[in-house]
Parts: sequence; structure tokens; C-alpha cells
Amino acid sequence: MSAIHYALRSFFRELRSGEVMVLLAAVSLAVAALTAVGFLTDRVSRAVERQANEVLAADLRLRSPDPIPTEWHELAREYELRSAETATFPTVVFSGDLSSLATVMAVSTNYPLRGQVRITEQLFTDQRIAEGIPAENTVWADAALLARLDVDIGDTISVGELEAKVGSVLTYRPDQSIGFASLAPSLILNSANLNDTGLVKTGSRVRYAFLVAGIGENVETFYQAFEQLQPASVRARSREEGSDRAITTAERAQRFLSLTAVISLLLSAVAIAMSARRFAQRRLDTVALMKSLGASQHLVISSASGQLFLLGILGVVTGSIAGFLVEKLVVGLLGEFVQTDLPPIGWGPVFLAAGSAFILLFGFAMPALMQLKNTPPLRVLRHDAMPPPISRLFIGGCSLIAVTVMLYISIGDSLMLLLVLGGVLAVAALLYIAGRILVSLLGRARTGVGIAWRYGLSNVSRRGRDSAIEVVAFGLGLTVLLLLTFVRVDLLESWQQTLAESAPDHFMINVQPDERSSIADIFRTNNQAIPEFAPMVRARMESINGEDVRERRYPMEDGQWMANREQNLSWAKSISPTNKVVEGKWWAADYAGEPLVSLEREAALELGLSIGDKLTYIIAGQKLEATVFNVREVNWDSFQPNFFMVLSPGSLDAYPSTFISGLRLAGNKEQVLTEVIRTHPTVSVIDIGSILLQVKGIIDKASLAVQVVFLFTLVAGLLVLFASVHATIDQRRFESAILCTLGARRSTVVAGVLAEFAVIGMVAGFLASLGASLLAAAITVNLFDLEYTPNMLLWAAGLIGGVTLVCASGYLALRRAISVPPVAVLRA
Amino acid sequence: MSENMNKQAVLTAKNVTKKVSSPEGTLTILSEVTFSVQKGESVALVGVSGAGKSTLLALLAGLDLPTAGEIWLGDVNLTELDEDGRAAVRASNVGFVFQSFHLLPSLNALENVMLPLELGGDGNPRGTATKIMERVGLGARLHHYPAQLSGGEKQRVAIARAFATRPAVLFADEPTGNLDSVTGEKIADLMFDLNRNSSTTLIIVTHDSSIAARCDRRLGLEAGCLVADEKKPQ
Ligand SMILES: Nc1ncnc2c1ncn2[C@@H]1O[C@H](COP(=O)(O)OP(=O)(O)O)[C@@H](O)[C@H]1O
Ligand SMILES: [Mg+2]
Repeated sequence: MSAIHYALRSFFRELRSGEVMVLLAAVSLAVAALTAVGFLTDRVSRAVERQANEVLAADLRLRSPDPIPTEWHELAREYELRSAETATFPTVVFSGDLSSLATVMAVSTNYPLRGQVRITEQLFTDQRIAEGIPAENTVWADAALLARLDVDIGDTISVGELEAKVGSVLTYRPDQSIGFASLAPSLILNSANLNDTGLVKTGSRVRYAFLVAGIGENVETFYQAFEQLQPASVRARSREEGSDRAITTAERAQRFLSLTAVISLLLSAVAIAMSARRFAQRRLDTVALMKSLGASQHLVISSASGQLFLLGILGVVTGSIAGFLVEKLVVGLLGEFVQTDLPPIGWGPVFLAAGSAFILLFGFAMPALMQLKNTPPLRVLRHDAMPPPISRLFIGGCSLIAVTVMLYISIGDSLMLLLVLGGVLAVAALLYIAGRILVSLLGRARTGVGIAWRYGLSNVSRRGRDSAIEVVAFGLGLTVLLLLTFVRVDLLESWQQTLAESAPDHFMINVQPDERSSIADIFRTNNQAIPEFAPMVRARMESINGEDVRERRYPMEDGQWMANREQNLSWAKSISPTNKVVEGKWWAADYAGEPLVSLEREAALELGLSIGDKLTYIIAGQKLEATVFNVREVNWDSFQPNFFMVLSPGSLDAYPSTFISGLRLAGNKEQVLTEVIRTHPTVSVIDIGSILLQVKGIIDKASLAVQVVFLFTLVAGLLVLFASVHATIDQRRFESAILCTLGARRSTVVAGVLAEFAVIGMVAGFLASLGASLLAAAITVNLFDLEYTPNMLLWAAGLIGGVTLVCASGYLALRRAISVPPVAVLRA
Repeated sequence: MSENMNKQAVLTAKNVTKKVSSPEGTLTILSEVTFSVQKGESVALVGVSGAGKSTLLALLAGLDLPTAGEIWLGDVNLTELDEDGRAAVRASNVGFVFQSFHLLPSLNALENVMLPLELGGDGNPRGTATKIMERVGLGARLHHYPAQLSGGEKQRVAIARAFATRPAVLFADEPTGNLDSVTGEKIADLMFDLNRNSSTTLIIVTHDSSIAARCDRRLGLEAGCLVADEKKPQ
């Protein structure tokens, strides 16, 4: 007869049985997790990326020293991308007798492609979103510039040969943090007027940027095509002070989502493994009977595979429906954030999830199925006749290959794969060894305890390999749950820090030494916190260890750029609280010797510098030599003024310095800032509140997504615990029936079972805490670039959670078994 | 005489020995068992618990292989076949009735009876199975699942399943062991009835002396050795 026929016929009736349900749940959970997380990660990461891209005013920003050729725009159009260009240069602008240095940015029609320009008709008051760009012969200038030129809206100023009317006060442009090292007040004009200024000549310091935006894949394919023809002088995406922050947040959120996906998958994999084992074991009797009636091995294995296949299909269907609903729910929660002009979700994640689920299902069930095939028909007469055991190497190999293939297909992040998979394997090995040791120790320890414990402990030791596998399954489930919980807490905390109440929302720059006290007075009389000023000296690097910076070779492409740009130097007695020395040590607070310099870690890497190297700067025409004394890590998330290069006290005393300050303003901030600018016309105030808001937006949405996806994993974890208890239910049911028949009270049997689970839970909990701490440390540091602080709570959660979860799910799974009258079990 | 016997023998055991390894060393469960059974004969296999009856039954049906010796079912040497080969022989020539029924819980009574017919490639499994279900008196319970049947009814279904393929030999391991004596008696009646009408050879392991007494022949096992072989006086 046809195996498929038989498989089909019995499948739907067997669906109700425990092991099939658990297996089905595990499969559909894996599919749901994969589809939902797939949909979500995709959407959230695109949305996060887009928001981060606002800092660039585009999805891709290409910087060029030369004017943007029109072919670039044509190429962008070919890839259905929108494009724009900017030309930025410093110049002095005039109004009557007054003049001021300004950063002029000429923008083309579509600017900005991401984010919005905000303008107002009155200083520091309600701003509105600008529609389009300034009309021809009109400029939008920021408040500081207007103050310095003493002009108002409607007045005319000269930019080179161009006479332009001031249309609005420029309060925000999305890309203002790019190059805000250039610090001069800024002004936007229409690129149609660029040539009218007469300032664009050969040798003038104009920097051009080409901006594109559109659907993610198109941007990528465009860039691939572009790379073929781009001149070497073009740099993609400026990475300058300040622009990294939003991107880091976005990347971390994405990584966490992928991590969650990986872990949900691993958990479902364990659940599938446990229930697939039982699925096969439960079929032993049926197979033996079929064989005694004359069924061939082929028929046996193909009908079991057929059922497994049906189960897979059912799991994929229910799982993708669930995944789809969850995605809808989360997208609803996240609202507009993820919905803006994204391509509709496709079948991609569903296929991927279905494929992975089948790989997992068959990878884990295969060894059990092979064993099933070899069931001796003798089993119909001797119930203890078992198929020959299968090599553990084979089982391990099959499962490992299945998991790795699946993870590789679904997550491209190889570092994460290596860390998580390697870590989990190591933990699993540890758990197995510990499980075996536990088993043999308990075998000896079981005399000298009460009946319940003796029964429980002897159970653990007698079941040997099964008990060890239980410890592994429980332990792994717990490990990844703990891992995810605590990495998540760390991540959310680091984000919280970013949004700390004290994070500055304005920067005040270009403050002269003698202006500090008068500015402080303004703050004091307005009941605002007195700003702290950090000194800043503009410098260029001339040589490194005597070698010209222009000729030197750098380990990274960015080093060249870093060495040749203008540097902002600062000095400090003590290290800023948002910095941490990672190499060497900070100088003594009273140090007054030869100039020393502290380098930011990335800068040191890019420039290829280490402690003891000698840097020569040119500051206002004079040379200064400083020795690298330590390397420092900067928490850019803090939004405090920070510097790539900080010198020792006194080093910069001889040079003209200005001061910079991060401000957190409350209440009457328009009034305070207007007063500062009116009374100190050379001081600039930059509003970074908008960037902060932008980052906060990303963080809020990303944390929500993280929490929702985390729930999934929690469910998967509980399922694993349940599945691993469920796997031994038959035997336990039989044993407790026998014990009851022998006169044991139900409470004794229950206590015995609980004793057994308590021991397993404790060992698993302990090892899971250990494994999770180590893995969490590796992951927070390597994947999230965050600091890891050991957490006692994790250990408490591991141990208490281990014991209670294992006991509770064990009790739940066995409750029925224990309450059935013993006869029913023994006669069945 | 012996030539005549060999011609009609449907089942032959030649010097069958079964040894198993155990923690205490090698155990000999059966040693040098030799006998042969005629077509249509009914044989009771008796002996105390642990004597080796089930082991012998398993070997005779090809469920397991002997350590030494040969087993012939008709003109097929079971000991020379691989597992699938023995399964194919069972599908067409052998039926089973077990002490604990062994019905598949996920199939209903009719489907359980259809199972060996389908495995054996019967042209009309449903029709054949329905007919035989009527013969065992369960024509009204075709679509009931095992869980909905009493012990006696389950064993009737099992007997229907065993006879459905009209096997040459039917093996029964303590078929009434799980039933009360009245039900057991009825089950025995049914088996002997079918045995007579379809000239199937019957091999029954039993502790029930009244069943043993109804068989044509009694084989006695003791500690793995054949110690008695008595024909019922005609
Ligand atoms: N595979 C085996 N391993 C160990 N002992 C076995 C095995 N098969 C049978 N025995 C032992 O051989 C003896 C005979 O078993 P069995 O044939 O089941 O006896 P019974 O006559 O009660 O049916 C018993 O003591 C049984 O425990
Ligand atoms: Mg027996």
C-alpha cells in the first residue's frame, strides 16, 4: 500500500497527541519567529537607517572636490533614485560695513532628500518645515550670521558678487552636523545662483556633495555601478565628528534584532530536536507492528517522513500566519516610523522561514527516523527490544549542519554566527559533561535521604543519558534566554544614557577666553546652569615621527583624510567622564612637562599611531611637538563636546584658543540664546536638539521592536523547557503508576518528581548563568561595542528561574500523568 | 512416513538455538529445538513463564533470527532472508494475535483490519475486511476506534486482522491472557472456528489448559529445551 496514503490517514488523528502538538508548536514558532523577525528586521532596519540617513540629508552622500557632472544625476535616475547636489565653501559675507565669515551652501532643487530644513521668520521661536529651497536671489541664513551682520529678514546681503535678500532664518538643516567642525554660521542659497557669486574659481575651497535617495536595493546597485566609474577623490558618506551617533544606534538596533532572531531560531531548534526525538520514539511500537504485519523498511521510513512532512507544512502555514499577524501588530505599534514609502513585504521571509523550518525538522528528526527504520519487529513480543543506538557523532553532525545552514541562510552576520553558535555549542558541551557527572554523583548520594528525594535522585541517575540531555536542553534554553534578557537590558541602558537629561541640546562655539565670564553672567541672571567651557585650538598636523603627513602611508583610507584635515585640539587636566583610557594611562593632574597627547582610539587606528609616537602640529603658524601618551575610547553617545586629540595642561597656553560648551537649556532658552548672540556676535550657537530628537525617535521605536521580538523568544524558551519534560512523559507516567500501586502516596510521587526536576533545574540554572555571563560579555563588547558590567541579577535569575521554570513546566507536563489511576496506565 | 511428513510440513524448526549476551555472560534461551508442523494442524506451546515460548514464537515467525539452526516456512528458509525479505513472507503467509492486542490507536477497527490486506496488495481491502469483521461479529463496530472497544472486542478485531490475509500460519502469544475466562473462551472458540474453516495452521502460546486441550498437539518447553511433543488422541 502507499505509505503516503497511510501517513495521511493517521496524521490528522495523531495530531492531538502531545508529542505531535509540541513538535508542531516548535515548527510553527520557528516559522513565526523567522517571518515576523524577518519582516520586522527588514522594515525596522530600513526605517532606522533612513532616519539615520537624515544626518546625511540623503541615503548616500558622495563628496567630491570637483563639480558634480550631470552624468551622475542621469545614472541615479536610471536606478530610479532621486538626486541633489550641494556646494559648500567658506567666505566672508557683507552687509554695509559689517562682515562675517560664513559657510555658504548652494543647494539644488531636491535638497534635502532625507529630513527637512526648518526655518522661521523670528529668532529662536516656532520653526516650520521649509518647502523647497530658497528662491533665486534669496538666502536663508542662520541667526548668528544675521546678528553679526545686524540684518533682518527682507534686508539684502552680499555673497561675493551676488546681492541676495534674506528670506528666512535658517534654524535647522539635517546635514548640519556634517562638517560642523567648520563652525562658522551658515547660509543656504539656490544653486542657480552659485556662479553669480563669482566665488567658484579654480583653487577656491569649494567642496561638492552628490546626494541620492530611494529604495534601499536601488541605492546599493547604483553605488556598485557608480564605483566602477568614480574618481578616486570621491568619498562616500562623510564620516565626521558627530555624524556617527545616530548610525551607531541604528546599527545596534539592527544587530539586536538579528541576535534575537538567531536566538529564537536556536530555541526553536532545541524544541524541535527534543520533540522530534519523541515523535520517533512514540512511533517505535507502531513501526514494530507494521513490520510484524509485513511492512518493509522503505514503507516504514517513507510513511514517517510523510507525516513529518505534513507536520512541516502545517507548521509553516500556521507559523507564517502567526508571523504575519505579529508583524502587522508591531507595524501598527510603530506607526509611521516604519511605514513611509517602503516596498511591500514580499514572500521572501516566508520562503526563507519555510526552508529553514524544513531543514531543522529533518536535520533533527533524521537520526531518529533512521533509527526508527531499524526497529526490530520483535518489539511486538518483547517491549524492551530497541533499535540499535545511533552514533552520537551522526546525531550531532546532522543537527549541527542543519542549524548552521539555516542560520547562514537567514543571518548573513558571520561574526554573530560565530560568537553565538560557538558559544552555544561550548555551553551545550559543558552542560552535557555536567549532566553526566551529576548523574553519577547522584547515583552514589541517594542513600541517606527521604523516600521522595531518593526516588527523585535515583530517577536522575538511572535515566543517565536522558537526564543529561534534559540538562542540556533546559540549560541551553535558559542560557539564551538569560543572554538575551541581559544583553537587552544593557542595550536599553546604553540608549537611556544617550538620552540622559543632561545631554546637551545646543553647542556654543567660538567663545573667546575673555567672553566666558560675561556669558556665564547671562546664564546666571536667567537662572540657567552655568556652562562649562572646553578650550579648543585649531591646528593642522605637519608630520608624524618626522615624516610629512602628506607622504606617510596609513593603515586605513580614512587615516589619510584624518591626517590632512584641520584638527580641533583641546587640553585637559583630568579625563572627561565620558572617556576611558584603553592604552597607557592619563597624566597626573599637576603635570606640567613636555606636551603629551591623548588620542581617540579610532583616530589612533586610522592614523596607525601608538604610544610614544611624535606628532608635530602647526598652530597659527607655529610648530608644536607632542608625544602620544595614551589612547582613549570616547562615548560619542554622550553628546558632550569631545575631541580626537587632547593635550596635556599648559601645552596650548601659548596659542590662541577659543572655547566650546555643550548646553542643556530649560525654560526661557530663546531669550538666553538671543541675548548671548546679541551681546557676543562672534559666538555661534548650534542647535543639536533636533539630532537628539532624531536619535530619541530611533531609540524609542527600536526598543519597542526589540521588546516585542523578545517576547517571541520567551515563548520559544518556555516551549523548549516544556518539550524537554514532555519527552520523558511516557516513562514517568508508567513509573508513577507503579509507585502508586506499590502503595506510595501521590504526594510522595509528586515530591519525588519535583526533587528530580529541582536538581536538574539547579544544575542547568547554574551552568546557564555561567554560559550566559560569558556570552553576554563577548557579545556586548564585540557586537554592540558597549561596556559589559557583570550582573549578579543574572545569576539570581538563572538559579531561581532554572529551578522554578523546570519544576513548573515539569509539573504541568506530568500533572495528568500523575493523576491518572495507576490501573489505566498499567493496562494500556 | 518421514518423507510424507516433510511434504506436508508448513513450518519446520531445525536445531534452533538462541543465545543472548547479558551482563552475567551468554544466556542460552533456546537450545537445539527441532520439530515440524503439518498444514492445518493446531499446536499449543506450553511451559512455565520464562521457558522461552515467546522467543521461539518470534523465531518461527521470522521476527528475529536464531543464533544457530534453520527455520522453514513452507519452502522458504527464513534464516537466509534479510529483514525486508522476512517481512514480505509475513505479509503473505503469517498472521499474529497478541496478548495485548496491538491495535493501532489512530486507525479505526476496519482500517486496522485493512492494514495487512493493503500491505499484502489485496485488490479490495475494504470489502475483504468488512466481510471478515462481520464474521467475527463486529459488523456494527466497523468505524469504532480501539479506545472505544472492550478487551474482548479488541481481540476480535485483532483476530479479524490476523485472518484477513488467509495466512498459512497464525501465531498467537497468550491471546486470552488479558481477558476474563468467559471472554477468553469465546475468543478461543472464534480462533478454532476460523482455523477449521480456512485450514490455517495455528500456533498458540498459552497457559490455559482448556485451550491447550483443544489443540491437535502440545509442545512443552522447559528452560529452552523441547521436553514434550504430544498428539491429542484421535
Ligand atoms: N533479548 C533478550 N535478552 C535477555 N534475555 C532475554 C532476551 N530474550 C529473552 N530473554 C530471556 O529468556 C527467557 C525466555 O523468555 P520468553 O521467551 O519471553 O519466555 P516465555 O516462555 O515466558 O515467553 C526469559 O528469562 C527472558 O528474560
Ligand atoms: Mg511470553
